[in-house]
Amino acid sequence: MDANITTEIISTLSATMRVSTPLILAAMAGIFSERSGIVDISLEGKLLAGAFISAAVAAVTGSAWLGLGAAIVVTMLLSLLHGFASITHNGDQVVSGVAINIIVSGMTVVLGIAWFHQSGQTPSLPNTARFMPLHLPGSETIGSIPILGDIYTKILSGHNLLVYVAFLSVALTWWVLFKTRFGLRLRAVGENPKAVDTAGISVAWLRYRAVLIAGILTGIGGTYISIAQNASFIREMSAGQGYIALAAMIFGKWKPVPAMFASLMFGFLDALSIRLQGVEIAGIGQIPVQAIQALPYILTVAILASFAGRAIAPKADGVPYVKER
Amino acid sequence: MRRQPLPAWADIILIPIINITLALLVAGVVIALIGENPFKAFAVMFQGAFGYAEGIGYTLYYATNFIFTGLAVAIAFHAMLFNIGGEGQAYIGGLGVALVLLTFDHVLPFWILLPLAIAAAMLFGAAWAAIPAYLQAYRGSHIVITTIMFNFIASNLMVYLLVNVFIVPGSMSPESRVFDQTAWLPTVHDFLARFGIDVAASPLNLSFVIALIAGVFVWLFVWHTRWGYAIRTVGFSEPAAEYAGISAKKIIMLTMLISGALAGMAGINEIMGVQHKLLLDFVAGYGFTGIAVALMGRNHPLGIVLSSILFGALYQGGADLTFEMPNISREMVTAIQGFIILFSGALTYMSRPWLERLFGLFVREKSTEEVPHGR
Repeated sequence: MDANITTEIISTLSATMRVSTPLILAAMAGIFSERSGIVDISLEGKLLAGAFISAAVAAVTGSAWLGLGAAIVVTMLLSLLHGFASITHNGDQVVSGVAINIIVSGMTVVLGIAWFHQSGQTPSLPNTARFMPLHLPGSETIGSIPILGDIYTKILSGHNLLVYVAFLSVALTWWVLFKTRFGLRLRAVGENPKAVDTAGISVAWLRYRAVLIAGILTGIGGTYISIAQNASFIREMSAGQGYIALAAMIFGKWKPVPAMFASLMFGFLDALSIRLQGVEIAGIGQIPVQAIQALPYILTVAILASFAGRAIAPKADGVPYVKER
Repeated sequence: MRRQPLPAWADIILIPIINITLALLVAGVVIALIGENPFKAFAVMFQGAFGYAEGIGYTLYYATNFIFTGLAVAIAFHAMLFNIGGEGQAYIGGLGVALVLLTFDHVLPFWILLPLAIAAAMLFGAAWAAIPAYLQAYRGSHIVITTIMFNFIASNLMVYLLVNVFIVPGSMSPESRVFDQTAWLPTVHDFLARFGIDVAASPLNLSFVIALIAGVFVWLFVWHTRWGYAIRTVGFSEPAAEYAGISAKKIIMLTMLISGALAGMAGINEIMGVQHKLLLDFVAGYGFTGIAVALMGRNHPLGIVLSSILFGALYQGGADLTFEMPNISREMVTAIQGFIILFSGALTYMSRPWLERLFGLFVREKSTEEVPHGR
């Protein structure tokens, strides 16, 4: 194979890992929430809030870890708000999610301008206040092996900590959902809350825990977007990734591993589209940048149209649980 | 403590007022946290929205957009559909208006251009809603996600068209040429000036009247036609509608097409009435505001007109606020919208039990008196 094409493929795959990370984290968050029966459109808003808070705190304190911690606290608070509306008050879950998205979209700019006076951006961060690429052990020795070495050093190694956290979260999500008592109850409450209630287990408390976990995961995802993938917060920087994660979750049929692959596929298309910008393709010519930028959204619609019709959501997903008297 | 079911006036008037008060309360706390005086901020906003003729004109101009997008969201809500794509539908509706006006503005007179432009706005808006509607009705794809995706696609499409197709050759800014003046909607201040009434200039134009007519149309359609009845039946219970011989699939299509057409009409106000050319991002969040407007207005045209004026005031007042207090950015208005959606859409039931108890306090005496008569 042409060496040039090989490097292209490797760098595209490496970019895929980076672009997929927030999608994977948000998709896992969506799985926790929806498996418990709470539809979460506010993944988008929570990613954005996490991105803003982590960048703001990291800019002020100079610590990426404090940024991450603050982002998680704020996204958990947003989750509590979503839970308060949709679990405690049986409100419309989609409306509550949309409200959170719009609140975050406004508040991040309002606070950004009030705090930093940079038309909604946060100050650009030095590398010490960010999550920087890590080199996995043995990269140098394994790197000399032909293909395997390239895969290890150039695709798997060299990412920041949060990328690995995202993949770890998939394993954890799987383990919690399918191997623990809590996970069994969580899935049960999303299918048949009445049965769970009859067994003497609190439906509300289970669902609150599920949305709080979703808060933690989106907080990490948001942090990744602003202080690992980038070096500052820019307004609206989540740019629909929360919605695409939701589509990945649906495409993955509410299961962690398939949802991860769906996220990787969306990430790959995104990485590919960046590579395709300005490239002449034989017979078609140069594809307009806007068409490439619209590609993830068009594909999301296409995928939802082709497969999701047959995907089965948790039975009680989106239905408030009202105890009968 | 006993609860008393709320009388209709409390449900229609009191609860929305409580919800908006709560939203403004939260916004006030945010303003205080930023370090500004919330009372002063709201006073500036109120003065900016209603304090002078130009301000009122701007308030009603913004309200025009919100009536269209609010009606769009509301009619979809009646069929239990959540059309979050008003933003994209309005954007593409504006494209339709611009196409008609750029093609015919030197050829046709105004009274033919206007109905053509309205038809184009509705057609393009409806077309942009058609695919998500079809996928919801026939493929079961969640309309919330598909309409959001279509907003992003619309935004990319419009950038492409403006940069590559509509741009004036040699110009740097991605805008179409300005329409011939015959194609401009008459503004209210020009119209009144003809009768010797002098009003400060503002972008308020004929489309405000068109918006009110659209409101009447929606009211007639939803409550006084068999299609409206079918829409409400599907919204109430899809299986019930099917048993009654109503095809839910067709009604979903019909509702979404009307919804998209209404959202597209915002293009009449913005493109034909104010900007007089096609440009980037002229929708500026009006589609999302429509959600808050519909929820505030209880999906009823009269409520929508009133809450549109309220949101118009927020937009216009917000502009003045940023001018007076540079520390508070315009996006404060976006956040307030979010709070209003939260309180009047997702936490609708929060204040109700309290109110019911409150009403129970007053009504108790009356009902104990009435009981002996009943026996």
